[in-house]
Amino acid sequence: MKTSAFWDKKMETISRESLKKLQLARLKETVRFALKTPFYRTRLKKAGIASADAIKRWEDIKKIPFTTKDDLRECYPDGLLAVPLQDVVRVHTSSGTTGTPTVIYHTKADLDSWTDLVARSIVATGAGKQDIFQNMMSYGMFTGGLGLHYGAERVGMTVIPMGGGNTKRQIQLMKDFGTTVLHITPSYMLHVHSKLAEAGMEIKDLKLRKAYLGAEPYSENTRRKVEQLFHIDAYNSYGLSEMNGPGVAFECVEKKGMHVWEDVYIVEVIDPRTGESLPDEKEGELVFTNLTRRATPLLRYRTRDIACIHKGPCACKRTHRRISRITGRTDDMLIVNGVNVYPSQIEEVIMRIPQVGTNYMIRLEKEGTLDKLIVQVEIYSKMFRGDLNEIDRLKEKIREELRASIIIHPSVELHEPGSLPVFEGKAKRVVDNRQKL
Amino acid sequence: MAKELSVFVENRPGRLRSVAEVLGQARINVRTMTLQDRGEYGLMKLIVDQPDKAYLVLADKGFACALKEILAIVLKDKPGSFLKLSELLYKHKVNVLDAYGFVIESNKRAVFCVEVKDIKKIRAVLKKEGFEVLDEELHEF
Repeated sequence: MKTSAFWDKKMETISRESLKKLQLARLKETVRFALKTPFYRTRLKKAGIASADAIKRWEDIKKIPFTTKDDLRECYPDGLLAVPLQDVVRVHTSSGTTGTPTVIYHTKADLDSWTDLVARSIVATGAGKQDIFQNMMSYGMFTGGLGLHYGAERVGMTVIPMGGGNTKRQIQLMKDFGTTVLHITPSYMLHVHSKLAEAGMEIKDLKLRKAYLGAEPYSENTRRKVEQLFHIDAYNSYGLSEMNGPGVAFECVEKKGMHVWEDVYIVEVIDPRTGESLPDEKEGELVFTNLTRRATPLLRYRTRDIACIHKGPCACKRTHRRISRITGRTDDMLIVNGVNVYPSQIEEVIMRIPQVGTNYMIRLEKEGTLDKLIVQVEIYSKMFRGDLNEIDRLKEKIREELRASIIIHPSVELHEPGSLPVFEGKAKRVVDNRQKL
Repeated sequence: MAKELSVFVENRPGRLRSVAEVLGQARINVRTMTLQDRGEYGLMKLIVDQPDKAYLVLADKGFACALKEILAIVLKDKPGSFLKLSELLYKHKVNVLDAYGFVIESNKRAVFCVEVKDIKKIRAVLKKEGFEVLDEELHEF
């Protein structure tokens, strides 16, 4: 039976009306802090918001201009710092691999609020202090590791702070400590499964019950595959370093979308081209405002993540609205011969074909003036029967199903098991060689 | 029944070597090998002295491999013996899916490895017509 306790029942089941009132009050306070930063002082004044008093009704949020990733980069290192540096207790920056890094500062109270939301999220999945939690996300500057770590400790779980990588040892620890809950990227989870036999382990030797998946977009089929392979419940989680990290939105035991903790975040969905608000159930770019962080206030931050807000209440009685899984990113959309393709569409197809493994790569090449999309998959060794004609038919089947899903004709390459690159953190599955030509 | 080991390999330098390395380290003796090629990938088909062990060591290393039953038909290593066999197969309307042969005793005996549907039935026919069909013996020479 599905049962779920609450971490903060009063706040999690607050009426929509009270929630909106709370959001408005907190938005005003956040604007007041934002106006202390050089960046927002200029930006908000230009938009006619010289003081927090300009925010009178909930709808006034629309007066606030969006903040983008590029804005954050321009503010590096301290253009968005709203408190004296001595009040800051932690700094997280992005990797900076695609340009100047972005930086988020946290006060003690900021971290406390974040940790509380993570604790709330964990309890919503039906886990508790009796659980053994193995954190397989990287620690350090990446917020995934530390975020869940402190939340799990606050809940009272037994925490194994393993971080990413070292698959053999991960599996051994799962067995030795009877790990019940994992925090992991779905691509790494699938890799772990392929290494179980090598580690001399079977699923029945492990006590896994749940996994929190996150940090990269993945399909519903991938979630199901993870659940079937490990006989567990897998929960979608959502977070981004600009909004602290994990714990922005999390699935409850119902597993029907992720509750956004709306007492701390205002969520909006917009058309990425026009910036117009979109109605419920309509997919668009997620936009978040953090309502409690004082060190680095961020207003209407454009995440580039694509999702929708679900209509109606959830059976778990939480009043905080739910968002769908992330189906793509505005910046990972590929344009192939003029057709828009999201890597998630390709993954969806690959995951429902049992004869291929779970690892895959997408390569884009230029052939004359045309784009060529190459999908590389691995043969799944357990389904191999030594028949080359069967392999040829499989290749054709993948090609056909991909064509039906993404409209364009891809070429499919079949590879030996274990020959494609493995990702122990966020997977980087798209290689675009077109610009270089 | 004799067993053929097939291994899925990509068509790029070093792949045969990596299969050979696993087999060599496990002290597996390869009696013969053929390649079925499809351009970007292919199948290595092997007759080895310990097929079950060879399958396990390769599978353990993550290779996509399979064991398949084949007919290993003994022929005299002299002109006309292959004709005799192929006429018999034709007479019984046997369609050969894949085949290869190798000499096991020079100027005396060769073995013809054949992949067919309905393997049991055809094996019985061959026996009745006086052909020697090798089972485990194929691996034990």
